[in-house]
Amino acid sequence: MGGRAGQSRGAGWGRREVTGPRRFLSRCAGSVLWHFRPGSCLTSPAAAALRPPARRTTTPTMPCEGTRLRFPPCPTARTPFPLVPCAGMPGRRHLPRVGARMTLAAGCCQAESGPRCGGLRQRRPRRPAGEPSRPSPLPRAWAPLEAPVGVWAPLAFVTLLSFASRFYRLSEPPHVCWDETHFGKMGSYYINRTFFFDVHPPLGKMLIGLAGYLSGYNGTFPFQKPGDRYEHHNYIGMRGFCAFLGSCLVPFAYLTVLEMSKSLYAALLAASILIFDTGCITLSQYILLDPILMFFLMGAVLSMVKCNSCADRPFSASWWFWLSLTGINLAGAIGVKFVGLFVVLLVGLNTVYDLWELLGDLSLSLVTLGKHLLARVFCLILLPLALYTAQFAVHFAVLNKSGPGDGFFSSAFQSRLIGNNLHNVSVPEHLAYGSVITMKNLRMAGGYLHSHWHLYPEGVGARQQQVTAYLHKDLNNLWVIKKHDSNTADHLDPSYSVEFVRHGDVIRLEHKETSRNLHSHQHEAPMTRKHFQVTGYGINGTGDANDFWRIEVVGRKAGKRIKVLRSQIRLTHLATGCILGSSGKTLPKWGWEQVEVTCTPYVKETPNALWNVEDHINPKLPNISLDVLKPSFPEILLESHMVMIRGNSGLKPKENEVTSKPWHWPINYQGLRFSGVNETDYRVYLLGNPVVWWLNLVTIGLYLLMATCAIVAMKRGVQLTAEFKELSEVLLHSGGKIMLGWLLHYLPFFMMGRVLYFHHYFPAMLFSSMLTGITWDTLLKFCAGRLSCSMGRRVYTYGTLALMLLIVYSFYLFHPLSYGMVGPMASDPNSPMAGLRWLESWEF
Amino acid sequence: MLGFLKQPVVVTAEINVNLVALTVMGLVNRLWALSYPRAVVFDEVYYGQFVSLYMKRIFFVDDSGPPFGHMLLAFGGYLGGFDGNFLWNRIGAAYQILVELHFSHCAAFGAALLILFENSLITQSRLMLLESVLIFFILLAILSYLKFYNLQKCSPFTAGWWFWLLLTGVACSCAVGVKYMGLFTYMLLLAIAGVHSWHLIGDQTLSNVSVLCHLLARGLALVVVPVAMYLFFFYVHLTLLYRSGPHDQIMTSAFQASLEGGLARITHGQPLEVAYGSQITLRNVLGKPMPCWLHSHKSTYPIRYENGRGSSHQQQVTCYPFKDVNNWWIVKDPGMQQLVVSNPPRPVRHGHIVQLVHGITTRYLNTHDVAAPLSPHSQEISCYIDYNISMPAQNLWRVEIVNRELDTDVWKTILSEVRFVHVNTSAVLKLSGASLPEWGYRQLEIIGEKLSKGYHQSMLWNVEEHRYGKSQEQKEREVELHSPTQADISKNLSFMARFTELQWKILTLKNEDTEHKYSSSPLDWITMDTNIAYWFHPISGAQIHLIGNVLTWASANVATLVYVCLFLWYLLRRRRKICDIPEDAWRLWVSAGGLCVGGWAVNYLPFFMMEKTLFLYHYLPALTFQILLIPVVLQHLTDHLCRSQLPKNAFSALMVAWFSSIYLVYRTFSPLTYGEPTLSAAELRALRWKDSWDILIRKH
Repeated sequence: MGGRAGQSRGAGWGRREVTGPRRFLSRCAGSVLWHFRPGSCLTSPAAAALRPPARRTTTPTMPCEGTRLRFPPCPTARTPFPLVPCAGMPGRRHLPRVGARMTLAAGCCQAESGPRCGGLRQRRPRRPAGEPSRPSPLPRAWAPLEAPVGVWAPLAFVTLLSFASRFYRLSEPPHVCWDETHFGKMGSYYINRTFFFDVHPPLGKMLIGLAGYLSGYNGTFPFQKPGDRYEHHNYIGMRGFCAFLGSCLVPFAYLTVLEMSKSLYAALLAASILIFDTGCITLSQYILLDPILMFFLMGAVLSMVKCNSCADRPFSASWWFWLSLTGINLAGAIGVKFVGLFVVLLVGLNTVYDLWELLGDLSLSLVTLGKHLLARVFCLILLPLALYTAQFAVHFAVLNKSGPGDGFFSSAFQSRLIGNNLHNVSVPEHLAYGSVITMKNLRMAGGYLHSHWHLYPEGVGARQQQVTAYLHKDLNNLWVIKKHDSNTADHLDPSYSVEFVRHGDVIRLEHKETSRNLHSHQHEAPMTRKHFQVTGYGINGTGDANDFWRIEVVGRKAGKRIKVLRSQIRLTHLATGCILGSSGKTLPKWGWEQVEVTCTPYVKETPNALWNVEDHINPKLPNISLDVLKPSFPEILLESHMVMIRGNSGLKPKENEVTSKPWHWPINYQGLRFSGVNETDYRVYLLGNPVVWWLNLVTIGLYLLMATCAIVAMKRGVQLTAEFKELSEVLLHSGGKIMLGWLLHYLPFFMMGRVLYFHHYFPAMLFSSMLTGITWDTLLKFCAGRLSCSMGRRVYTYGTLALMLLIVYSFYLFHPLSYGMVGPMASDPNSPMAGLRWLESWEF
Repeated sequence: MLGFLKQPVVVTAEINVNLVALTVMGLVNRLWALSYPRAVVFDEVYYGQFVSLYMKRIFFVDDSGPPFGHMLLAFGGYLGGFDGNFLWNRIGAAYQILVELHFSHCAAFGAALLILFENSLITQSRLMLLESVLIFFILLAILSYLKFYNLQKCSPFTAGWWFWLLLTGVACSCAVGVKYMGLFTYMLLLAIAGVHSWHLIGDQTLSNVSVLCHLLARGLALVVVPVAMYLFFFYVHLTLLYRSGPHDQIMTSAFQASLEGGLARITHGQPLEVAYGSQITLRNVLGKPMPCWLHSHKSTYPIRYENGRGSSHQQQVTCYPFKDVNNWWIVKDPGMQQLVVSNPPRPVRHGHIVQLVHGITTRYLNTHDVAAPLSPHSQEISCYIDYNISMPAQNLWRVEIVNRELDTDVWKTILSEVRFVHVNTSAVLKLSGASLPEWGYRQLEIIGEKLSKGYHQSMLWNVEEHRYGKSQEQKEREVELHSPTQADISKNLSFMARFTELQWKILTLKNEDTEHKYSSSPLDWITMDTNIAYWFHPISGAQIHLIGNVLTWASANVATLVYVCLFLWYLLRRRRKICDIPEDAWRLWVSAGGLCVGGWAVNYLPFFMMEKTLFLYHYLPALTFQILLIPVVLQHLTDHLCRSQLPKNAFSALMVAWFSSIYLVYRTFSPLTYGEPTLSAAELRALRWKDSWDILIRKH
């Protein structure tokens, strides 16, 4: 149950960070100094006092030094105590305490850690007599963390750095970069309120649109292709909004790691990795969905971690706050991209684990358990669902004009949109013989049943008139419904009474322009060899028995009338029993690259084989307004999701196309060109800082190794000191959660069939960076614990410094990737980037 | 019920009696009228083909799975008439698995009977199909692991212990070798073994050394042995099939050259190193949509395409899927005029700059800033014709050997994979995969890809046919090009290279046909809403269907549901420290359930993520595990939930009734299982219990 204890301690810290840091500071300081006197390795207190204060930001990682440096004015700190050299102590037994102090340090929950503190204290020979009367102060080597400066100053510092790095040269290059052409355009659509279709949910683009609107962008820039100049259009607002969210990732990561590991150094390392990663900077500087997605994702992780820390005070205000914030962030994450589902999974697993722990706690009654369960169901399921639905409600309310996305949606849907030809029209409700209709295929972007004078070419089935599916509205989409046995056009004769078409009737469909009948026969279809060819046949409506089709409505009984728009119709060919459908394959040049229509002998309920009637002209019938057919909100929601899912799975890579493979990503194998190709262009290249990325990669292996060692040692019952137990607790618990996050955001991509890009890895990279912070911190603490005190301290200090410097220096080397390069390519020795093209696959 | 089975005296004899009885029943039930029908049924078409290819030693590639299954069938055929049915007695295996799980003989007998009377399993095992072989190996692997695990407690590292452990590994590799589906069960077993090893690590009575020995033994038997066996299957496969055959084209030139006949006959004795003046044919490494060679011919690109875009109107360069004299190119040194190989030949190395001259027309391979016919974002590739317009020749290409070991490597025939990078524009010669319209004779389009994004196989080329050019005069050269290449050294690939290539091809080869009359979705399988008509007698109307025993399928589903619900219930209650059943029973419940439900899940759920055409028979391995679960659940219910005698008796009676109805259903459907006797239309209609079943009823 060490994990729980650790968390609750953290909770204490979290609560106090607002209320009384000052009071707390003094108390902690005193206790720390008392306790550390024996173990502290000061050679000369005076030297300590002389140290330049500038080093404060890095030194808190050192327990001994940190203590000393933080409170130089405190007289006890300088007491000329006989400072026992570390070597003189029974090192192996004593030294691990360093680790313990580090991990325990941030915690302030005295009640729980009291007993162990006592235990530690007993080993200390020089405890002043007055000490035990204190409530139970901790040996806080990390006390500085709790001081306002210790926690907030680094936070402010990394936040500042983060914002500076993201906003630097934000307006460069002043032209459309990479996917800005999509997302900027979609932002404009929101401002212009025109309906469009995208495979991602709407929140991200709505926010971009909102940011543009607020910053004075009027939605007139066409965003046609990458490289277009913005000229006078205000694009900074949208970029700034994305950069703002992207900058927030750093403080989020900092706080998350701090909360999980209780180690300032780990938090700083994770933050600096993110600050100085060229990939994160580049991705945050443009109008893209990724910074928005990552913002919500990290927000969800942070609030989840915070909420875990509040576990000792369930149902308190802060607990509710963080729990519902988690839910809100989850809704945001899936509202931006479906990739957000992975973080939902992470939070879900964490919640299940939490509940499992609570269930095992026999001191809790079943009623309390029920409350816990309900609270989570409410905050993590219902609340996000409601918010998610609300996003769509806003989306549909805002986009009320016809636009480029109409064709992807069903006819009923289109009738909602102002400017669409289905909007506010009135048509006869039920199909009757003699009606002139258009039929739309129900698969996504299915197209209208279409025919034209052109014939199928020689060698492609019978040489008869082509029948295709055509995506645009056209006079050639019109068909006349006739009875199968009456040849003349007598239905239009006013003396005949109206006869409705009913489910199960046998009909003929005559093409209005060419007067040929919809026909099928046992010739193979042009593209799909196993299906039958569909043609236009006959002259002036006179054909043969192969022109007869049975019209059926899905899920309807015989004899029922057929409704416009609403009825899903299946046309069965009477002679062969096959079903009219659209295969979705594009015909070659001879078919004008329209979509193939076939008659499939496989009787399956797929949308490919279903049609609905869209336009309907019949002067003899009363028109009704389509408003009654307008779909309800749940129907719209469902339909737009179906369309999105199909659209996503439709993004298949073409054969012979070079695509990015998931295994490329962690090794930083290849980047993405954001802007510019040639030497004269202003080039921006999305590529992770290789040093950082390879460090992350190595760390994953290192973490697995360390975790395995720790877990096997525990399973084998090796006697570990309390300090090592604490370390492995952090490693397994906090590290495990982060590792799980990385796996959940990375592995699923291996199973995805769609086109993948390098930038899909960045959410996983955030987790990987946090893991790096935790792992190296633990490793260094462990090493420091094994060595003699002064050595250990040195290892710890220099290790931290070396890592930080390495990251900063590599950023200095690679920063042109993000901030733009002009001049010769890196392969040219004159280029400033010469010699930095470490992999041949990088293209800068 | 069957109380006499529990008497201790007869225990040893009993197993044998049970087993013998089951085996006999199984044999009768599977072998009855086995030779009927004397016609090829369903997928036997494919397997039969492969068997005959084995007999003729002709190389083939089958994307449906690894070669062990085919080899077994072929071996059976080789021995004559024996088609594998004798060996695959899964009924005994099912019986023993439950016994090893410490269930009663009664339950084990029940499981065996259920499998015995499962129509779909009978149908599948009577035909020359691989599923039953797969199921046998899966069950064998599970059984031997259980035997091993039970020996673990009392006598580790004995002969028996080693035997069962190794047999587990061998059976696993056989299962994977028959069909890749076996991989799922292998993973399940590895997971179970992992959990058991974890307990072993936690066992502090064992010394560190002995724990290490245990782990090593498991690693050896469950990882190293299967991998070695798997490689061995391929080794046998490749050794047996040494003649070239119908699927040669799919493989790379190097692979083809290692087969007897085919390409080897042509390339035999070619010079290895490409030199200036060499005459070569260039094959695209990707081979998709079809294998083809770089080609050019007298026709030019049309001045304007249908969509109004213009072209350079220079000579077309395409990729042509057939051998042709127009596929010959000559490697020329840009600095020299001669088109023959000097003496000694000057080999071309990585990074050298060459010109490629089309052999028949003597025009230079060229690319320039003109959009390609079908891929407007890429450059057009042409053979340069000087029309005296402002379009200079840009015909220098840098040779980049991708699979080089050193930067100074020589360009080798067949072995080297080469990229041609255009010197002026750094475009890369690439096969776009699109086929040209009528003016291009429907040959494949070749483009210059400007952005050299990574290495894709469609940008790689290898020299297939090669000879040193000897004639400087155009006329002589044409004669030389038309003459067949001469012969004399073979280039043998190592086994590992051949294995890697074949394995990769098997995994990536896609079957175009995505629709089949009897294909179904995994959701249809649980409720058996679908069937497969395997065979139909054109005159009598007798037919064989893959159709399951509806009652067994339904009971299996109910058992799974009951198991999962009870498991969750127990689990939650145990967390609250309320133990409904004794610790031993709980452990048994978990292990049996983990095995059966786990086996069902791993063999079923992955199908939801597969995009290939699926059939009902893919469900059979999962079904076998689900059937094993029925007696487990039944015995648990009798032992722990029926506390008093009365419900126990009622339960037993119910079970007898249930078993007899299973038998009745089996009898009812057996005409469709065995293909005889022939049923009348009315009888067939009566058998159509579900509307979705496709039973063929002839219209008279």
